[in-house]
Amino acid sequence: MGLLARARPNRLAAVFPDMPDSTLLRGPETGAVMVRGRQGGTGAPFNLGEVTITRCSVQLPCGTVGHAHVQGRDKAHARRAAVLDALLQTQDAEALTRAVLSPLAAEETARRETRARKAAATKVEFFTMVRGDD
Amino acid sequence: MYVAVKGGERAIDNAHALLAEERRGDPAVPELSVAQIREQMTLAVNRVMAEGSLYDPDLAALAIKQARGDLIEAIFLIRAYRTTLPRLGHSNPVDTGAMAAVRRVSATYKDLPGGQVLGPTFDYTHRLIDFALAAEGEAPRAPQAEPLGPVPRVTGFLDREGLIEAEPDSDATPRDLTREPMELPADRALRLQALTRGDEGFILSLAYSSQRGYGRTHPFVGELRIGEVAVEMEIPELGFAVEIGEITVTECETVNQFTGSKTKAPQFTRGYGLVFGQSERKAISMSLVDRALRWEELGEDNTGAPVQDAEFVLMHADNIQATGFLEHIKLPHYVDFQSELELVRRLRAGAQEAAE
Repeated sequence: MGLLARARPNRLAAVFPDMPDSTLLRGPETGAVMVRGRQGGTGAPFNLGEVTITRCSVQLPCGTVGHAHVQGRDKAHARRAAVLDALLQTQDAEALTRAVLSPLAAEETARRETRARKAAATKVEFFTMVRGDD
Repeated sequence: MYVAVKGGERAIDNAHALLAEERRGDPAVPELSVAQIREQMTLAVNRVMAEGSLYDPDLAALAIKQARGDLIEAIFLIRAYRTTLPRLGHSNPVDTGAMAAVRRVSATYKDLPGGQVLGPTFDYTHRLIDFALAAEGEAPRAPQAEPLGPVPRVTGFLDREGLIEAEPDSDATPRDLTREPMELPADRALRLQALTRGDEGFILSLAYSSQRGYGRTHPFVGELRIGEVAVEMEIPELGFAVEIGEITVTECETVNQFTGSKTKAPQFTRGYGLVFGQSERKAISMSLVDRALRWEELGEDNTGAPVQDAEFVLMHADNIQATGFLEHIKLPHYVDFQSELELVRRLRAGAQEAAE
């Protein structure tokens, strides 16, 4: 679910272009979720600010229900993620994991790794200067 | 006293049309896309998200375009938009310890586990205008290296030795100034919320004043980190927490001078800053102001410095409240002014008579 929520809407649409029929149970609706942080990073919670989220719940003709909460305001993205959530509970799960989740996960891992590698290249190597009087 | 007036409708429409034309600028110059603003004016987008108190880069970029680059106007647009959104709930507190950090520096330890990672910083640039940017060139490419291991919290090292005050953990529901008006005294959670969405310039100046001696803080930046954190929320339909997104935040932890008593050994004290986006000037400023506002609970003297005055700080930190009250004085006040004019004429006539 996290993977579908984080995926760029156009990428999800590209790897999962054909949506089967589904009935909308709720939404898709856009709203705000208050993000909390912790005082000192580890202490009591405080309210940091909101993030836009679009949520959607659908039902497949077979009765399976799927839910999605995706970041941003893209309603088609929320519906697509909800349909996928439902389908991943059916016998199609294995095929969809291969066709949709695996490529999205691979792209995300590659993107994160590249970013981490670029950050790593900016790590400082300190050399202790020898003081003249020692 | 306010008096309703009518008219001016055509003038207003035409003024808005002129605004739209001026916003576009010279039509011979290509129009900016929202994606260009989002990707290339990222720090402006970050500031609008932080002070607009809504994390949505596309929306912040659009607001900047609409506001012609006036960031306070853009923040105003974001604040107005967020009031139209239903509140779907709140997230679990983000785990900044698990941040995928692109920058992480400490001013207190040279060699620390995880290392000093400079990231995409302006520090150590020469602040010389780069005329090469005026010409279109190839997209620059950053070098890469083996990814680093985990980056443990710097204050964690001090905490393990008991050298810094403990940060008591709790799951108490924090007060929320977007749901109920801010009331004083404000606890630390409410103060942090007001500071993180407060005006960067105001918070910066307050922090600077405390460094110059108006309220004593003596901070070291124990750690400054920028990176992505996961946002998780409990979903009632599912009965468990799922990740609903990922946001970039800047976190600053300052280590400050001691508190202690006859029964308690001296310990360093903490100041904390956490801000949406890459916003390190704001995060550092916030942590200094947070620390200064804690004078009472830490048993320090109130020297009367502005930064120690919670009412002064919290009631003037919001640039939308400030600009709303300030800018309203340019709107029609003809009737009020007429009465003042009449009064001053009468007073002057009285003074003249007395002189004769």
